[in-house]
Amino acid sequence: MSAGGAATGPDGVDVPVLAADRLRVERGGATVLDVPSLSVSGGETLAVIGPNGAGKSTLLLALATILKASAGSVLFRGRPVGAGEAALPYRRRIAVAFQEPLLFDGTVAWNAAEGLRLRKVPPAEAARRAGEMLEKLRVAHLAGRSARTLSGGEAQRVSLARAFAVDPEVIFLDEPFSALDPGSREGIVDDLETALRESGTTAVFVTHDRVEALRLGDRIAVMSGGRVAQVGTPDEVMNRPADGDVASFVGVETVLDAFVVAAGAGTFVARAGTPGTSGPAPSVEAVGTCGVGDRVLLCIRPENVTLSLPGGPGTSARNAFPGVVSKVTPQGATHRVVVDCGVLLSALVTTHSVDELGLAPGRPVVASVKATAIHAIRR
Amino acid sequence: MQMILDGLREALRLLLTLDPEVVRIVVLSLKVSGSATLVALLVGLSGGVALAFLRFPGRNVVVAAVNTGMGVPPVVVGLFVSILLWRNGPLGMLELLYTPTAMIAAQVVIATPIVMGISLAALQALPEKLRWQAVGLGASRLQTVWILVREARLPLLAAAMAGFGGVISEIGASIMVGGNIKGYTRVLTTATVMETSRGNFEIAIGLGILLLLLTFGVNATLTKIQQRERPR
Repeated sequence: MSAGGAATGPDGVDVPVLAADRLRVERGGATVLDVPSLSVSGGETLAVIGPNGAGKSTLLLALATILKASAGSVLFRGRPVGAGEAALPYRRRIAVAFQEPLLFDGTVAWNAAEGLRLRKVPPAEAARRAGEMLEKLRVAHLAGRSARTLSGGEAQRVSLARAFAVDPEVIFLDEPFSALDPGSREGIVDDLETALRESGTTAVFVTHDRVEALRLGDRIAVMSGGRVAQVGTPDEVMNRPADGDVASFVGVETVLDAFVVAAGAGTFVARAGTPGTSGPAPSVEAVGTCGVGDRVLLCIRPENVTLSLPGGPGTSARNAFPGVVSKVTPQGATHRVVVDCGVLLSALVTTHSVDELGLAPGRPVVASVKATAIHAIRR
Repeated sequence: MQMILDGLREALRLLLTLDPEVVRIVVLSLKVSGSATLVALLVGLSGGVALAFLRFPGRNVVVAAVNTGMGVPPVVVGLFVSILLWRNGPLGMLELLYTPTAMIAAQVVIATPIVMGISLAALQALPEKLRWQAVGLGASRLQTVWILVREARLPLLAAAMAGFGGVISEIGASIMVGGNIKGYTRVLTTATVMETSRGNFEIAIGLGILLLLLTFGVNATLTKIQQRERPR
């Protein structure tokens, strides 16, 4: 397994293992990827998330030099990677696994050793290393089976073993779990997490599932419209989204367009709606530095909204908005409750609380949010 | 009715006694069509691979030409090769007309587009992501081609079968450039035509059965390999 630690350039300065420099991909005259700069440090897992068509897979293909970039370059340990066959030395130091297992026609053991054979590793050594990875991904017992007879989960495990077997310095994973049922997915995510941690391999992990991204990513890049809208730690991206698109993708269900009506030391009060409206839209207190008249987007995650009955404790707090339940959607152990309090506020409530408060459409409630749980984006 | 029964009886006798003339005809048929298929595989497979993986100006014209070639009538090929090899034709100095070599050449022209067209279709039918996967595992350009050819090996086997089937059963080109010379260029199809025109139905039926058995035998063998390879 390769050592993950920080990479050091020729002049002794730390350089990222992988970087994109003004990387652009065009297709049919349209720009489908435009990434001025992006870097991945040694041993780090960068999770790339975003809606369908955001350019996640294009970014992965371009970074792995499978797709030819129209402009810009990929830097590996500080040095630009060539194009076409000149990228071969680089491609021999990475590995890619896709959403589909894409196993070749042959046995499991033979598939797992394919990357090693391509690198001219002696057969005995290749078989040993492939066997070890099959063991790690819990499919060693299938070694003699034809790859075409495997279930989806088994095949994906073999595909991951094949990628890890070459001991890559960077592993690229393009939505490797999205075609799997939840049962098989859970176990594979666990084993991938272990494999990444034990090997310390630098990874670029594309997914549209933010829960997987939070779990595996040391940092998260959110893509939208072919651009990287935000890169940051999971906490930064989840709780301090850079713009409305990122906010809605990372699960901020309430994004209020508001304008600041009062500003104090480190806090401000904003009214939802546009200046001049005098409707019943509530005033919201949030933490941050803004000037009166500023327009802001207020991001409120549903898990930060608490519901109580009118007249109950806490309903007189600053950010307590009386309203009426407009929709209740069961989601396993929790319910998603939408409250109309001049604006629509989404809350996540346990099934127990739904029963206790008798939450149903038409029920008057008070929705409260702490000022510190509101993230404001200045527009 | 009696004629057909006599024919069948005579045919069986010819087959069971391994009549020397019949054996010679069968061996020559296999030699000519087998060699032609081998050459066509070499040329057709390389061409199919090149057309599948290379992008060059005029590629579509070449693909259209190959597809047209798949359906060219053997007599037209026979005519074309005859003209080339005619005593005062462009290749007349080779003195190949009415030789087994001329028959092989004509059959190569017939089988190559068939092999090339089916190979191209087989390789193009592979998912694009399979190429990405090969490249993403560190395959060089040649290794990628090899991986994809290997993945398409079953349909490529079908290309070989179709090529052989096309030439073992053709008659137009063989009779035109081979001349059906007894003991030299007489193959199963040309002999069957000749015996039928002479009214020797028993021999013609015998040759016909042999031709059928031969085609069936070769195809059955290839099919067996294909079925064994097919994933359970």
